[in-house]
Amino acid sequence: MKEKARVLDNQAISRSLSRIAHEILEHNRGTDNLAIVGIRSRGAYLAQRLAEGIKKIDGKEIPVGILDITLYRDDLTLLAAQPVVRKTEISFDITDKNIILVDDVLYTGRTIRCALSELIDFGRPKTIQLAVLVDRGHRELPIRADYVGKNIPTSQNETVEVRLEEIDGRDEVAIVEK
Amino acid sequence: MTWTRKDLLGLEYLSREEINLILETAESFKEVSSRDIKKVPALRGKTVVNLFYEPSTRTRVSFEVAAKRLSADVINIASETSSVRKGETLIDTGKNIEALKADILVIRHNYSGAANMLAEHLKISVVNAGDGWHEHPTQALLDIFTLKEKLGRIEGLEVVIVGDISHSRVARSNIWGLNKLGAKVTVCAPKMLIPAGIERMGAGISYDIDQALENADAVNVLRMQFERDNEEAFPKQLEYFKDFGITRERLKRAKKNILVMHPGPINRGIELSSEVADGPGSVILEQVTNGIAVRMAVLFLTAQAGEEKK
Repeated sequence: MKEKARVLDNQAISRSLSRIAHEILEHNRGTDNLAIVGIRSRGAYLAQRLAEGIKKIDGKEIPVGILDITLYRDDLTLLAAQPVVRKTEISFDITDKNIILVDDVLYTGRTIRCALSELIDFGRPKTIQLAVLVDRGHRELPIRADYVGKNIPTSQNETVEVRLEEIDGRDEVAIVEK
Repeated sequence: MTWTRKDLLGLEYLSREEINLILETAESFKEVSSRDIKKVPALRGKTVVNLFYEPSTRTRVSFEVAAKRLSADVINIASETSSVRKGETLIDTGKNIEALKADILVIRHNYSGAANMLAEHLKISVVNAGDGWHEHPTQALLDIFTLKEKLGRIEGLEVVIVGDISHSRVARSNIWGLNKLGAKVTVCAPKMLIPAGIERMGAGISYDIDQALENADAVNVLRMQFERDNEEAFPKQLEYFKDFGITRERLKRAKKNILVMHPGPINRGIELSSEVADGPGSVILEQVTNGIAVRMAVLFLTAQAGEEKK
């Protein structure tokens, strides 16, 4: 694993999230019926940060949930290491809400497909909108993001590593060669 | 920590880390049963066969519910209605189930070692749902899960198991599991119901329930199997209740928040009083709820490991 480029630093990440928070509020005309759900693990932290960002702008608390998609994966048996199953925590009714689904990197779209299946088992949201910090292309399913921190063109033998303060001790995004 | 075993045969064979992984996974699965739609697609397209050679309702139903909440297909076979009556051997029955392309075989059998034998002869996953006097690993796992949920830890706890220890696979699995996680286990019963050599498994022995309860954080009350009453060395019901039955009086002298567990079905007025069974320290019904989460975790982990070995 060789690091090729540092594409976002902590300031860039924080500016992206702050812009996305504004866009979410603009698009949904405020915080009514708005809720944020992050995909474990890094998406959950980004969801929390977006909720804080929205509170800073609008002064309103919005509900935040966490989705663990392990049980909805279609590739469980193909993975080299089994992921540990973690808890899904959605303590509010999602029916008729506008849900902002948050993940760190959008790649093939399969993670999002799992997340959509799981979310819909919890109720019938009015809309589900997708926010990602990085869109790296190479979609395998008809899925796109509504809010993107940064589009980063990559090749398939690279990975995008999002590092967050809460887990990794610092905020940055890097492209790494496999 | 990764789970690599296709089978779950007993807690004797597991490491502390493996037991903790099952408990941790079960914690996540517990949430699924609290949803409106109590189902996830994790084992979609997998087939679970429950093969029961002993009458059992709660364990079988618990495995069935667990498998269904994971979207697996479930087939129940009870020995009274199957070809076992026509003389088929256990291994032949197992091979036939494997030939049906089932993925997991859950087995309850009156012979100790039945699950181990099947696991050796079959490529599919085998989960022990109780074999003779040997082990009942998922019962012990749900007991430990409940203890941990209620008391926040296992390390350093004092747990008393009271009842017919000689004939109890639940006691054996609990002793293995609790010891590995650092709890202190004391078994308590009339002398005739304590098997020789149990202390070598790491359990303390007491013949006096009041003394045993003194420092206990929890008491696991086993069902007295009075269907064995014809055996000579078996206490009479009333005598047993007087000397070992768990009553409110007895618990008054124990720790204030002592937990009362029981694997079910409970015999009110024989091994414990109604007041205790329905009392504030009783977690007997929570054990039933937790049993589903633990069995979901076991089915999920063994199915995944079985898939990787195919």
